Amino acid sequence: MNALPDDIRRRVENHPCYSEEAHHHFARMHAAVAPACNIQCHYCNRKYDCANESRPGVVSELLTPEQAVKKTLAVAAAIPQLSVLGIAGPGDPLANPERTFTTFRLLAEKAPDIKLCVSTNGLALPEHVEELARHNIDHVTITINCIDPDVGEQIYPWIFWKHKRIRGRAAAEILIEQQQKGLEMLVAKGILVKINSVMIPGVNDEHLKEVSKLVKAKGAFLHNVMPLIAEPEHGTFYGVMGQRSPTPAELKALQDACEGDMAMMRHCRQCRADAVGLLGEDRGAEFTLEKVEAMELTDEFLAEALVRRIALREKVAAEREAKKARAHAPQPLTSVITFHRPSKSAPAGRPASAGRPVLMAVAAKGGLIAEHFGHAREFLVYEVTGEGAKLVGLRKTELYCSGGDTCGEAVDVLGNTIQALAGCEVVLCAKIGFEPWGRLEAAGIQPNGEHPMEEIEPACVAVWHEMLKAGKLDAAAPERKCA
Amino acid sequence: MALEIIETCVNCWACLPLCPSQAIYEAKPHFLIDANKCTECVGDYADPQCASICPIEGAIVNELNEPLNPPGSLTGIPPARWAKVQREISAR
Repeated sequence: MNALPDDIRRRVENHPCYSEEAHHHFARMHAAVAPACNIQCHYCNRKYDCANESRPGVVSELLTPEQAVKKTLAVAAAIPQLSVLGIAGPGDPLANPERTFTTFRLLAEKAPDIKLCVSTNGLALPEHVEELARHNIDHVTITINCIDPDVGEQIYPWIFWKHKRIRGRAAAEILIEQQQKGLEMLVAKGILVKINSVMIPGVNDEHLKEVSKLVKAKGAFLHNVMPLIAEPEHGTFYGVMGQRSPTPAELKALQDACEGDMAMMRHCRQCRADAVGLLGEDRGAEFTLEKVEAMELTDEFLAEALVRRIALREKVAAEREAKKARAHAPQPLTSVITFHRPSKSAPAGRPASAGRPVLMAVAAKGGLIAEHFGHAREFLVYEVTGEGAKLVGLRKTELYCSGGDTCGEAVDVLGNTIQALAGCEVVLCAKIGFEPWGRLEAAGIQPNGEHPMEEIEPACVAVWHEMLKAGKLDAAAPERKCA
Repeated sequence: MALEIIETCVNCWACLPLCPSQAIYEAKPHFLIDANKCTECVGDYADPQCASICPIEGAIVNELNEPLNPPGSLTGIPPARWAKVQREISAR
């Protein structure tokens, strides 16, 4: 988040979806109150609801605004990290304005500390900007996959517009116009706008670089380029027609190319429209409609929960201050020696900071290297140099669908994990077993369990310097062997 | 003259607020159209509103039981391709 201006950083510092640092400390939830949609996207299928699936547009239970508010209050009492309620579907929040805005109004009365956001396709956005501002909505996400209707007609088969179903290029033209108009109106109101884009190889991958430039110029503060999720069993157009998803390397290359123009988001989990909890740790199963309905939430109980949330936020703020102070304090002598000694293996005339960037995967929990390799369901990927470590990606190690009759059988899980770590040279974790250690090494990925419970970035930099010292960074990154 | 919602409806609510005759109502296991109220939007709109926003092919039929949105018309997936992929999935 360092690329963001200070005033924006202050506004998003407790928002797990907008701030990379915040996502270790704060939780969000999505309330599935908005079932209707006004467009069709080729990566979406409105028919499916599978508990094993984790992708946008999927939910298990639809909630009324009253149920959604009770659920949010119950979650906020059980998970004091909760800072945000978002409405993201399973349809489009602004195609269900009454349900969406009633939820916001009722929640603001009972838990005014919870920030509200919506994620929309943008078609109905211009007509709702006033109301969004009235409800004190601080952040809006618009999914913009294209600014060229020729690209758009390959992504959107139809829209519903002024009492008609409009198809093809004409539909894409209207949608693009509404999205851009909505973006401009939100920025003019001072509402923060993030842009989501789905990267679809061969359809909009090159085009997204132009999209990134334009939305930045219009005042969006963050761009989130996400990989297409498409499997035949999802029943989507792309899944059934065999459209492939991008590889992690292709996604990173595009994100890097867009980053010259604007701040990019790299920690997105592409959550379900009913996700609950910290990013990457869904706790939705604890708050089903049945369980929430059975709970009794007295005013006293809710007031105590609010006190706990405020205390937690103060604690996080204090920790951040302490961390900042540490960063600015003089470095201890030992680290000066370790980090700044010129490498003996470096050729003469090359600066001490020689050595190429290295991709490292981290099994993280709460911002620390705190997960066992075998328990990790996702790895954060950092690009590490002598100067620092930057989060550049996220690799999930389980299939998006795991279980059920029509979904793929149990395969070699470890093999899949190694496959998912393609391009990484090191994996840092709290602990790792003998078998995965050997197989990772054989695949050209060095396991490292020497920094358990340490902060991610300094540990990665330390490992990078060890590699530099050992002469591993003189040659180009090794070609990855097959897992 | 009336349209009908059949069992493939996914209860997404999109149609309900659009009906000019308030003929659509929430019901279990799926939404229904009151045949006495439905006018197929004649006189109000050029196209029946429910069938113009419905995302599910086949979920709304006319009095001859013909789908207003036949297979492939909304998703763009050719029905033969759909059938082939379903066979492949169940053969796994």
